[in-house]
Amino acid sequence: MTAYLAKRLIIAALTLVLASMVVFAVMEVLPGDPARLMLGLNASADQVELLRNQMGLNAPLVLRYLHWAGGLLSLDFGRSYTYSVPVIDLVRERIAVSVPLALIALALSTIIAIPVGVFSASRQGRAGDTLAMGAAQIGVAVPNFWFALMLIYLFAVWLRLVPAGGFPGWGAGVWTALKSLILPAVALALPQAAILGRVARSALIEVLNEDYIRTARAKGLPYRAVLWRHALRNAMIPVLTILGLQFAFLLAGTIIIENVFYLPGLGRLIFQAITQRDLIVVESIVMLLVAAVILINLLVDFSYAIVDPRLRGRQ
Amino acid sequence: MSLLEIENLSLTIGATPILKGVELTVAPGEVVGLVGESGSGKSMTALTIMQLLPHLARAEGRVTFDGIDILGATEDQMCALRGDDIGMVFQEPMTALNPVKTIGEQVAEGIRWHAKASRAEAEDRARKILDRVGLPEAKFPLSRYPHELSGGQRQRVVIAIACALRPKLLIADEPTTALDVVLQAQILDLLRDLVRENRMGLLLISHDLAVVTEMADRLTILRHGEVTEAGDTARTLSEQQHPYTRELALASMHLPARPKPHLAGSAKPLLEVEGVGRDYPGRRKSLFRPAQPIRAVDNVSLTIEPAQSVALVGRSGCGKSTLARMILALDKPTAGTIRFRGEAITGKSEAELQPARRDMQVVFQDPYGSFDPRQKVEKLVAEPLHLLEKQPAAAERREMVAHALDEVGLGPRDMDKYPHEFSGGQRQRLSIARAIITRPKLVVADEPVSALDVSIRAQILDLFAELNQKLGIAYLFITHDLTVARAIADEVLVMHEGKIVERGKTADVLDHPRSEPARALVAAAPDLHRAIARRMQEQG
Repeated sequence: MTAYLAKRLIIAALTLVLASMVVFAVMEVLPGDPARLMLGLNASADQVELLRNQMGLNAPLVLRYLHWAGGLLSLDFGRSYTYSVPVIDLVRERIAVSVPLALIALALSTIIAIPVGVFSASRQGRAGDTLAMGAAQIGVAVPNFWFALMLIYLFAVWLRLVPAGGFPGWGAGVWTALKSLILPAVALALPQAAILGRVARSALIEVLNEDYIRTARAKGLPYRAVLWRHALRNAMIPVLTILGLQFAFLLAGTIIIENVFYLPGLGRLIFQAITQRDLIVVESIVMLLVAAVILINLLVDFSYAIVDPRLRGRQ
Repeated sequence: MSLLEIENLSLTIGATPILKGVELTVAPGEVVGLVGESGSGKSMTALTIMQLLPHLARAEGRVTFDGIDILGATEDQMCALRGDDIGMVFQEPMTALNPVKTIGEQVAEGIRWHAKASRAEAEDRARKILDRVGLPEAKFPLSRYPHELSGGQRQRVVIAIACALRPKLLIADEPTTALDVVLQAQILDLLRDLVRENRMGLLLISHDLAVVTEMADRLTILRHGEVTEAGDTARTLSEQQHPYTRELALASMHLPARPKPHLAGSAKPLLEVEGVGRDYPGRRKSLFRPAQPIRAVDNVSLTIEPAQSVALVGRSGCGKSTLARMILALDKPTAGTIRFRGEAITGKSEAELQPARRDMQVVFQDPYGSFDPRQKVEKLVAEPLHLLEKQPAAAERREMVAHALDEVGLGPRDMDKYPHEFSGGQRQRLSIARAIITRPKLVVADEPVSALDVSIRAQILDLFAELNQKLGIAYLFITHDLTVARAIADEVLVMHEGKIVERGKTADVLDHPRSEPARALVAAAPDLHRAIARRMQEQG
C-alpha cells in the first residue's frame, strides 16, 4: 500500500515539474516583450533594455526557469506587468471564488451522476433508462454556457431565487456568497454529470453481469442490496478515472462560466491577463490549474487503492 | 417425501426452447447427478430452481421445494429461500467472489441477512464454517481478500457461503471443472462429507460422467433439454439401456486408434531440453532487501523424438505451461538450453527463430479465446504462413487453407466464415488446422480438449492421433487430465513444483506410479470403470 502511494506521489511530483517546464517554454516562445509592453510603445530601446535587465529577462534560460520555479515553491509568483502588484495577491482573492465553485460543481456532478447511473443500469433497456440516457445525451451535447443562460433566465430572472451574476464576497455571509455560486456550479456540473452518469451506467451494467453478482444473489440478497453493496463499489474504478480526467475540462469550463456570471474568479483573471498580455499572471494561473488537475488525479489514484484491495499489494 | 420435485418443467428463452418436460427429484441426504453436454440445459435447470433465470426466460410446469411452489413464489419468498434453504456453488471459482470484499464479509453477509445475526455473531459463524471447509484461521483470517487465494481455496469459500446456514439442498454446478484433479478430489470429498453431516440434498451438475458416478446415488441424463435416462447410478451405467448413455460412457473412455505405435530410440531427438530453469521476480517483502525470485521451472531436461507423442502432466501451477512457453520460444529460460532439430533456440533473435517457428506450432485450450472474432477463417488459418520463406500467392494460399481444413475434417466453404459461426469442437479443429498448415514437426498442445464435451473431445483426440499417424507430427500435450495422457501419449512426464519427477511409458506411469506426486495424481483422477465397479458393489 505505502509503496503504491509513494510511487503515485513521485509520479505526480515529476508530472508537475515537467508541466512547469512546458508552461515556461511556451511562454518563452510566445511573441511579445513584457518590458516593451510595460513601458508602452514610446519607450526607447535603451529604456526597454534597462527594464529587461532589471526584470532579469536577459539572464540565461535555465537560470530564469529555476528562479521562476523556485519562486512558485515559495508562493512568490512575481509581479503582474499590468497591475504592478504581486501576482499572489491577485490570485489569492480569486481562488476564494474559483476553488469553492469547482469543488461544489465536482460534488454536484458526482451526486447527480451516480444515482442516475444506478437508476439506468438497474432498468437497462426500459423506459426510465432510455429517458435518463436521452437526458444525459443532451447534457453531453449542450455547451455549459447555454445551460448557464437558461438557468439565469429560469431561477434569477423569472423565479428571482438567486442573483443573476456577480459575487458579494465571503464577507457578506456564507449563505449569501454560496447563493451566487449555486447557478454557476449547476451549469458547470450538468455536462460533467451527464458524462459521469453514462460511464457509471455502463460500468454497472458490466459489473452486474459478473459471476460474483450471481453468487451474491444466490446468498438471498435482494437485487437492490446486491446493486448497492456489491456492484457499485466495483463499478467505481472507471467512474473515478473519468472523474479525474474530466476535472481539467471542468476547470476550463470555469473560465467561460465565470465570464457568463460575472464572477471574480481565476477564470476571469486569466481571461483578462491573456487579453492584456500579462504573461506572468497567465503563467502563474496555468500552473495553479495544472497543479489542481494533478492533485485531483493523485487523489483519484489514492481512492483506487481504497476501492480495490488488489491495488494495495502492488507497487 | 422428496425435498425437491421437478415435474414436466419446460423453459423457453425468447422463442428458443431450452428445457422440455424435465422430471427430477432430490430427497434429503441424497446425491443426484445431472449429466449432459454443454447446451443441454443443466445450468438452466439449476437456475430455474434458484429463480435466477435471465430476463426473457419463461418456465412452465411444477417445481416444488420443501412444499413451496417455486415457479409461483414471489421474489421476497425466493430471497428467503436462496442462501438459507437452498445453497448454490458455481463453476468458476476465480470470478465467483467479489474482489473488493474480504472473504469474511462475503461469508458473514448471508448469515447476517437470513439469521438476523449481529456482526460479531455472524463473523463467529463465518469463522466456523470456513474452518469446516478447510480454511483454518491461522492461514485464512476473515480479512483475506479473494485475490490472495488460489482457485481451490476460493471454491472452498464459495462452498462455505453456500453451506453457512446448513441448507436443505445444495446445487453444485460443475463445482470442480476449473480445478486440477487433486483439488477436484478434495472438493468432492468435502461436498460428500457436508451431505452426510447435514443430511443435505445435493444436486451435482457435471459433464464428467466419472465424477458423477463417484458421487451420485442416482443420475439424470439430459440431452437437448430433455431427460434421456434417469435412475440408480449403478444400474443406469451398467445396463446403459439408452443409446445416448452408452455413447457418453464410450466417449468418456475413448482411446483413439494408433496402428503404428511410436518406437522409442529410433531416431535422433527432435527436441532437447537441457537443464532449463525459469525464475520470476518475487514480491519484495522489504524495501531494503532484494526480492526472492520464484522458481517456476527448475532444472528440467527432456527429449522428444520425431513423431513421438509425449504428455506433460501435473497440477495447476506446477510450471508446465511456463515450460511450454519456453519450448515455443515465447519466453526466455533463465538457465539451460533448448535445442530443436539439433539447433539451439535459446538466445536467438526473432529472425533467426523463423525456421524453427515454422516447424513448431501450438494449439491452445480455449477455442473461444484464441481467434480474433473479426477475421475470417481463411485469414486466421493462414496466419502461420508468413513464416514460410517463399510467400504463397493468394490462390495458392487459399488452396493451402482448404487443404488444412480438409485434414481436420472441415470443408473449403468454411473458409469464408467467422469464428462465431462454429461450435466449440469445430473451433478447436480450426486451431489445429492453423497449427498444421506449415507442416510442423512438433505441435505443443496446452489442455487442447479440456474445454470440450466428451463426445467432441473423443473426436478431437482421434484427429490428433490421425494427424500423428499421417503426417508424423510429434506432440507435447500439456494437461492435468490423465485420461488425455492415456488416450494419446507414448510417454508421460510428471511435473511437480517446477521439476520433472517421473518419466516413462504411459501405461507404466499411470498404472504403477513411483513418485509421490504421480501417485497423488493417479489416485485423484476420476476413472469411470473404477467408479462403476464401486457403485455396483454398493448398490447391488
